[in-house]
Amino acid sequence: MDLQAPVVEPGAYFWQGNMACAEGAIAAGCRFYAGYPITPSSEIFEHLSSRLPKVGGICIQMEDEIASLAAVIGASWGGTKALTATSGPGFSLMQENIGLACMTETPCVVVNVQRVGPSTGQATKCAQGDVMQARWGTHGDHEIIGLAPNSAQEMFDLTVKAFNLSETYRNPVIVLADEIIAHMRERTIVPRNLKIIERKETYSPPFFSTSDNYVRAMPPLGKGLNVLVTGSTHDARGLRATTDPEIHRKLAEGIVGKIEKDAQMLSDVEQYRVDDCQVGVVSYGCVSRAVYTAIKVAEESGMRVGHVRLKTIWPFPVEAIQRLSERAQSILVPEMNLKQVYFEVLRAVEGGAHVVGLNKVGGGAMIYPEEMLRALTKMLKGD
Amino acid sequence: MQRSEKHFARKHLREEVLPSTFCSGCGCGTVINCFLKAVEAEGFKDLKNFVFCSGIGCSSWIPSPYMRADSIHVTHGRSIPVALGLKLVRPELNVVVFGGDGDIAAIGLNHLLHAARRNLEVVVIMVNNMIYGMTGGQAAPTTPLGVETTTTPYGTFEYPLDVSSLMVSAGASYVARWTTYHVVQLKEAIKKALRKKGFSFLEAVSQCPPIYGRRIGMESATQILRWFRSSSIALNRARNMKAEELINKIVVGELVDIDKPTLLQSIRKVQEKAAN
Repeated sequence: MDLQAPVVEPGAYFWQGNMACAEGAIAAGCRFYAGYPITPSSEIFEHLSSRLPKVGGICIQMEDEIASLAAVIGASWGGTKALTATSGPGFSLMQENIGLACMTETPCVVVNVQRVGPSTGQATKCAQGDVMQARWGTHGDHEIIGLAPNSAQEMFDLTVKAFNLSETYRNPVIVLADEIIAHMRERTIVPRNLKIIERKETYSPPFFSTSDNYVRAMPPLGKGLNVLVTGSTHDARGLRATTDPEIHRKLAEGIVGKIEKDAQMLSDVEQYRVDDCQVGVVSYGCVSRAVYTAIKVAEESGMRVGHVRLKTIWPFPVEAIQRLSERAQSILVPEMNLKQVYFEVLRAVEGGAHVVGLNKVGGGAMIYPEEMLRALTKMLKGD
Repeated sequence: MQRSEKHFARKHLREEVLPSTFCSGCGCGTVINCFLKAVEAEGFKDLKNFVFCSGIGCSSWIPSPYMRADSIHVTHGRSIPVALGLKLVRPELNVVVFGGDGDIAAIGLNHLLHAARRNLEVVVIMVNNMIYGMTGGQAAPTTPLGVETTTTPYGTFEYPLDVSSLMVSAGASYVARWTTYHVVQLKEAIKKALRKKGFSFLEAVSQCPPIYGRRIGMESATQILRWFRSSSIALNRARNMKAEELINKIVVGELVDIDKPTLLQSIRKVQEKAAN
C-alpha cells in the first residue's frame, strides 16, 4: 500500500487484521490515537504512529492505559474522533474511564485484542475471555456496544462501524477482536462510498441524555456555552446532582435506554440455515472461521447445521438466537474461554433448545473443526 | 457593608450554584480569587477561551461547577491526561487543571510527571491542603510526618513528597509554590503560568481548617495562615539552609522558569516530517 496517501484509496489490500483496524479508523475520520504498547494489539498503534501524522492527526504514547483512554476522552470532547487499542491487562486498566465515557456520553472507540488471561496470562496467545468484561467491566448501570470481527476485512469494516455507532449513540464502542484475527493477513477491500457518521453538535441544552430525551447532540467546547461535563450524576444540562434519586434514575435509564431501545436494530449477525437445521452453532470472532469448515464437513455427511455468527456481541442479539432455537434441538457454543457467551445463549433460548458449550483455553490453539464435528455428532444422537 | 454581588469574581462564577459548598475558612476561595485576578490582569474579559479539567477532591470543584466556563470533571487523578487529549486537538484553548494533593500527587502523580516531561502546554494548579479533605481527613502523600489522621491514628509514618521540586526534575517549564497567605505572589505566579508556553505547575499550599487544622491544633483559618506566614522560607534563603532546619517549613518562590520546545511544537514537527 501507499503509505504516503492521505487516506487509503478504495481497492484490495493484503492486510494484517491490526493494520486493517488502523486503516478503518483513519477512514472513519479518527485523527487522534493515544495508547500504550501491549501485545497483541501494538501493530494498531505502530501503524497509526506512521499514518496519523501524515493526515494531520496525532498519535501519542501515554504513560499507561488509564491515561490513554483519558486522553481519548479529552480529544473527543475537543471535537476529534479518537481511538485507543489494547489487550487484556490494558483493557482492565481502562474500565474506570470506560465508565466515565458512558457517564459523560463521550463517543470513542476502544479496540481490545483479546489474549489469554487473567492477569498477564499468555501474552501472545489468543483467547476470547473478555466478552463479559467488555459488557460489565466498569461499575454501575450502563450499556455498551461491542462488535466482534472475524476477518481482516471486518477489522476494517467493524472499526468504521464502531466509530459511526459511537457518534450515533454518544457512547464508547468496544471492538472485541482476538489475537488470531488481529495477526492474520488477508485480502481486505476498502470500499468506495464508505458511510461515515460525523459529529453532531448543538448549541443549546439539554446536552445530556435522560430517560425523557435520548441521545442529545454534543455541545462544542470553547464556544462560550459553559458546558459542564462530569462523571458524577448530572442533570440534562450537566449540573452535578449527587444526592437526588430522581435525577440519577433519569440519567441511568437514559444512558441505558438509548442503546437498549435500539438493540434489535443494532443486532448484526450472520445467519446460515437457521430455519432448516437439526442442530445449531452460535459463534463469534476467530472461532467462527473453524465453524464454517465444520459445517461444510457435517453437511457432506448429511447433517443440517444452522449457524448464527455474532458481529454485534453487545447488546446481545437475543432474537437471532431465539430464531435458531425454534428449529435447532440443541445449540453448540464453541468459545476460547470457559463459557461466557454460553450463558447469554442459555438465557436467550429460555429453555427452548439444549445449549452445549465447547470450550478451550490456553496456548492460543483454535477450536478445531473436528472437535466441533464430534460435539455436533453427539448432539444429534441426543447424548 | 458592600453587597456581595459587586465582588469582581462573581461575573466569572456560576450564580446558580452559589453559595459554594466549601467549608468556612477553606483556602479554595482564596485560590479562586487569585486565579480570577490573574485572568483579568492578563486581559481576559471572561473565561470563554478556557477549558478546565479536574478530578476528584475539594479543589476539583473550583472549576466544576463554580467557574462560568467549560469544564470537564473526570475520574480521580485523571484530569491531566484528559487535558492532554483536549489541548492537543484544540491548541487555541487555555486548558487549566485544578486538583488537590491527593488527586494530583497520589493517584494522579504518574500523569503529572509525564505531562511535565512532555512539556504539555497546560497549567496545573495543585491546591495542597496536606490532607484528604472531601473524604474526611485521611493521610495524603503531602501530610507532614507524625500527623494523626483518620487512617494514621498513631501519626503518619511516611515522609511527605515535595511535589514542586519533583516537577523541576521532571522538566516543567514553570514551577512556583506559594501559600494562600501569599495572595499577591500567588496571583503573579498564575499570571506567569498563563503566559508560559510550556508546562506550568503551581502549588498553592492551602488551609483546610475543619479537616486538617483541627488535627494539628489550628481550628481557624487565620491560625493556619499565621502558621503559613511564620513557617514559609523564601527559596533563596532555603538554599543555604540544612535539611533538618527545613523540616516542617514551607519553601516558597519560583522554582523554575525556562523556555524550551513544547509538546505541541514537537508534534507539529512530526506532522511536517511525516507529510514530506
